[in-house]
Amino acid sequence: MDFFNEQQVLAAKELLYKIADDHLILGHRNSEWTGLGPLLEEDIAFSSMAQDKIGQSEHLYNLLHDLGEADADTVAFTRNKGQFHCCQMVELPIGTYDFSLVRHFLFDFAAAVRFDLLAESSYENLAKIVKKYRGEVKYHTMHANTWMMQLSAANEESHTRIQNSLNELWNQALGMFEEGPYEGILKESGIFLGEKVLKERWLSVVLPLLEKYGLTVSAVNYWKPVNGGRAGQHTEHLQPLLDEMCEVFSTDPSAEW
Amino acid sequence: MDVKPVKAKPMISKEEIIEVLHEVKDPEIPTISVVDLGIVSNIEVSPAGDVKITLTPTFAGCPALKLMEKMVAERVRHVEGVGTVEVETTFDNPWNTDKISEQGLLALKKHGLAPPPRHSSTSQLDVLERMACPWCGSTNTSMKTPFGPTLCRSMHYCDNCLQAFESFKPVE
Repeated sequence: MDFFNEQQVLAAKELLYKIADDHLILGHRNSEWTGLGPLLEEDIAFSSMAQDKIGQSEHLYNLLHDLGEADADTVAFTRNKGQFHCCQMVELPIGTYDFSLVRHFLFDFAAAVRFDLLAESSYENLAKIVKKYRGEVKYHTMHANTWMMQLSAANEESHTRIQNSLNELWNQALGMFEEGPYEGILKESGIFLGEKVLKERWLSVVLPLLEKYGLTVSAVNYWKPVNGGRAGQHTEHLQPLLDEMCEVFSTDPSAEW
Repeated sequence: MDVKPVKAKPMISKEEIIEVLHEVKDPEIPTISVVDLGIVSNIEVSPAGDVKITLTPTFAGCPALKLMEKMVAERVRHVEGVGTVEVETTFDNPWNTDKISEQGLLALKKHGLAPPPRHSSTSQLDVLERMACPWCGSTNTSMKTPFGPTLCRSMHYCDNCLQAFESFKPVE
């Protein structure tokens, strides 16, 4: 990128890696619902969202390639766990449907706000791509919202399940907004307003919805973001996911597809 | 000195390329061509007949895109007078459902897909709750799920003719 100086390139790479890795890993988790969805429509929904997310990650890896990183397949399939920058929430196993649904709700509203912010980015190639993604993620937030609304009101069991998953995931979700070492550069150069702004905007969208559905989150002073993922610290769940995801690729990395 | 008239090699025009691209269909919806689908965003033809075609994906994760790139390159390569062929993908001027031609909307309907409404903003997805049924035309319909057999389709039910149907999702 001609307008980037060295520091800005590092900052842009860090930003691209975390977004791309979040989408690749959650995309892979979503794909695990293929064949297992509680309804055929949900099976298809999670499979479609998986396809969207993995496709979105691919174009972000292509941007990284333009900035000098290896090509998309190499980056996606040959890094070890410590080189991934996804937040820990996305790597957690799919669990029960209510768990995957609440994670999908928390994640996709954050992705939508992130894309809104990045659509105004000075990094034009990124802005162009996320404008495209905005149209796609609207269907994801719509889907999440529909089911959150229905299941939080259906009966006591469904409400309890959604509330319990929310309790389990809230601090995990706050880990999406872990700050990186380049927040200042990203903001000054107009690439990205930063994780703090993103988090505030996400809260202003998500909290009123949760309240509307009769769901609660703990008081702010109890919030403890699960950080570390952006710096390559991951749970024991990521490596088995990578092993499975890369199994076919690893049998012959030089194969032509 | 006699100058023999040199028979000029006929220049390939952009229009000729568009014409042959009408033969290249979306592998997932074989009634619609890549031109009518609106994914051909640019065509450049050099004086030497070298062709550069730019495609833009409907959805970022569309698995048919790479196949369509190949199909487009293959078809254009066989046009007489064409030199090199280059096909690339871009997000400049990204695709939306208004890029589908009138002909394209008819082709979707022919495939049994409700065409997306014109100028629909996806910020108002309630349009999905009253898609016109491709079988009977009624708007007494409801959306069952915003996801379908391909990324670009949603699934609906018509309360008038009691048929399930799919729709091409509006994307802005």
